[in-house]
Amino acid sequence: MRKKRFFGIEIDSQHERREGNVKRFLTRFTPYLFLAPAIFIFGFILLYPVFYGITLSFFQWALRDIGAKAPLFVGLKNYIEIFQSPYFLTSVRVTSIFIGVTMVAELGIGMALALLAERKTRGLHIFRTIFILPVMIAPIVVGIVWRYLYNPTYGLINYFLAIVGIKQIMWLSQSHTALASIIITDIWQWTPFVFLILLGGLQTIPDEIIEVSKIDSANYFQRLIYIKLPMIKPIIGITVVLRLIDAMRALVVMYIMTFGGPGLSTEVLALHIFKTAFHGQRLGRASAMSVFLILFMLTVAFGVLRIFRTERR
Amino acid sequence: MKVLRKGDMTNIGRYVILIIASIIVLFPIYIMIATSFKTRVQTFSMPPVWLFIPTLKHYGTIIFRGQFLRHLSNSLVVATSTTFISIIIGALAAYSLVRFAFLGKHVVSTATLLLRMVPPAVIIIPLYILWTKLGLMNSRTGLISTYLALNLPFTIWVLRSFMMEIPVEIEESALMDGCSELGILFRIVLPLIKPGIAVASIFIFRIAWNEFIISLILTNRYTRTLPVAISLCMTEIGVQWGEITAIAVIVALPAFIFTFFSARSIIGGLTAGAVKG
Repeated sequence: MRKKRFFGIEIDSQHERREGNVKRFLTRFTPYLFLAPAIFIFGFILLYPVFYGITLSFFQWALRDIGAKAPLFVGLKNYIEIFQSPYFLTSVRVTSIFIGVTMVAELGIGMALALLAERKTRGLHIFRTIFILPVMIAPIVVGIVWRYLYNPTYGLINYFLAIVGIKQIMWLSQSHTALASIIITDIWQWTPFVFLILLGGLQTIPDEIIEVSKIDSANYFQRLIYIKLPMIKPIIGITVVLRLIDAMRALVVMYIMTFGGPGLSTEVLALHIFKTAFHGQRLGRASAMSVFLILFMLTVAFGVLRIFRTERR
Repeated sequence: MKVLRKGDMTNIGRYVILIIASIIVLFPIYIMIATSFKTRVQTFSMPPVWLFIPTLKHYGTIIFRGQFLRHLSNSLVVATSTTFISIIIGALAAYSLVRFAFLGKHVVSTATLLLRMVPPAVIIIPLYILWTKLGLMNSRTGLISTYLALNLPFTIWVLRSFMMEIPVEIEESALMDGCSELGILFRIVLPLIKPGIAVASIFIFRIAWNEFIISLILTNRYTRTLPVAISLCMTEIGVQWGEITAIAVIVALPAFIFTFFSARSIIGGLTAGAVKG
């Protein structure tokens, strides 16, 4: 009698039919079996916490009370309070300025550079290798290096400015320059990335179209506005969405460079949520702000995608 | 005698701009590396010291001081485990989404896309509570599981797009030869999408290695990873720039290695993501 092993279970041919059933069971459920580990992780570690977080936003709970006291149901109180809180509203304002300015700057500079580099440039792969570095490096490292550069006394930025005759700026210690500082750091880190994606997009435009437009005596700007930009519109759209979503979650660089200060001038939403939960101990309130952040992100994402949607003929 | 044409001037101009951009990009990185080799006095001196004799003092200090090696090993263990497990689970799920037709397929596909958007800052609060209740706080397992969850959507998506390129016929003939589904996946499909696996692995490793905020919350001084260790070196009083930049260089090392060896595939992975949508 042949003995067979099937996933570790010994089956002999006498039970052929049973083996057939097992095999049929496995074949039928294979897709689900394959997906099972992933689904388990998604459900347990992503979905459940998100729903838990949403539920928590209707409660009041202190961090130190976990395991000791139960959360207290307060309904919409957290939501009402945050919209009346000057700290929260300032944070939303700071975040909006941050994502707006960085987006425009990164897109503008990235696009300009991409247009420069799209024609036959020798050594392009060297530039590409250099430009991919900033996003590969940990944000914490970026924050630390720039904190060194921004130091008013021995930092190199003030040193170079002094050469040009501009006097010492206390970058990270003054409200009006602190936000500019983190914006500049973000632009440094992400513009090369935007450049690479836009360059990739521009290079997918078939040469024939450009040639034909030249025959039709279109000049550079006409080619740019009427042909190139529309053709890479979806790519611009995706880049904008990706960058905006990442910018809204930005936290690490601010954490290490200014920790939200001075005052609240660099207190982006993600950092504010973090501080509310882990320093202020107010879990329910932080959860309510998290819900707001998620809705904010979804709205912006869908809004941008709609703007950049290409019409279907 | 070569006459400069009008086109040449614009050409030179383009190169100059690109080179200036490259210098701006590389300058902070250079400063980081240089500072790690400077003496303490040199890191504070103004005007800055451009030419100096490098010293390995800071690297020595961090390696022989208390916890650095432990934090380094934590980072290594967490990053490699996350990458390895992500690829396996991700490949299984991606294969399922590509080759099988089943109920709820669209839901899972869309969910994979949407789950990418979950901000880490949002899930740390529930996870803190959950992990505390499950006893997974301050453990590397808890951290690895969290990173898995955050990386799987992207991994599945990348592997899926590579798997879609493989002609079905290869798998069909393997099926006819009596190969099991699992066998097809591991012995035929995966070897064929090695570039895809490489790209995905680099991305997963990068995120797990560089991640800061979740590690900050979920680990203690025995299990924390390097990025958190760096942040704790910054105090209000003096900052040990030499040591901090030395650790920073080590944290940035995988980034340098990956970039140097696989820049093309990284960019390909990123561009494909944006271009293919």
